Amino acid sequence: MHAFANPRRFLAIAVPVTPWCFWSGVLLIVAGCWAGLFIAPADYLQGDSFRILYIHVPAAWLGMGGWSGLTIAAVMQLVWRHPLAAVAGRAIATPGAVFTALCLSTGSIWGRPTWGTWWEWDGRMTSMLLMLFLYIGYIALARSSADRGEAGGVSRVTAIFALIGALNLPVIHYSVEWWNSLHQGSSIGLSGSKIAGSMLWPLGLTVLGFTFWFTAIVLLRMRAILAENRIEARLARMSRG
Amino acid sequence: MAPWPFVIAAYGLTFIATLATSLWAWRSARQAEARADQLTRRD
Repeated sequence: MHAFANPRRFLAIAVPVTPWCFWSGVLLIVAGCWAGLFIAPADYLQGDSFRILYIHVPAAWLGMGGWSGLTIAAVMQLVWRHPLAAVAGRAIATPGAVFTALCLSTGSIWGRPTWGTWWEWDGRMTSMLLMLFLYIGYIALARSSADRGEAGGVSRVTAIFALIGALNLPVIHYSVEWWNSLHQGSSIGLSGSKIAGSMLWPLGLTVLGFTFWFTAIVLLRMRAILAENRIEARLARMSRG
Repeated sequence: MAPWPFVIAAYGLTFIATLATSLWAWRSARQAEARADQLTRRD
């Protein structure tokens, strides 16, 4: 992993990889959404409203996956002092927050025709809302440490905040088992899927597509942050004469 | 309750958020990299 500690070496890989990730992601998202909307059969109980699944599940996956990425970046920053870890943490935070907000809003829209309510203060929804607030807190902390010119823009406090926030991930995952909830239990696990194959394959496309797209956005953000660091370093050198 | 208005609202919201995030990330990277290159060339 330290092979990528040099930003120049990282950029040599990130710059050509970004458009591939972006456009393959877009293609898979379009194909998955098309299949989910027009090819997959309607659910016997929920009818057509189940089609929100094809965007709600990838949003939940990337909201939680984003925080997992923040946690890994925080460990790499605190333990190995990897120079790109802080940059990666900052780059992941905003798209992660966007997907958490999308998960909450698409879930709310799905809840209205299915449960008869936009919102319920149950374990799954409340813990997901908490994660959105954690993302906002992380972004604010990272921005304030970037303003103070700390390493890569993420202070140790911000990295520790990411580690503490990771405690919410198992709560989100197991909330439907620990507490009574309107939210259904897990449909996909390591042992297999409870979703019929004819409904499952478009979900594979959208999950994979949004994951590629998310990777492209994180790479773009990392490139932007590295360029901003270069600008600041250059301006500081020029001001010293 | 007719499901399609809810389905369209959810997909529309996702489309707008995805497009806005893509444009913001692309623009911020492009502007920062152009400015950094400009400063490097000036030296």
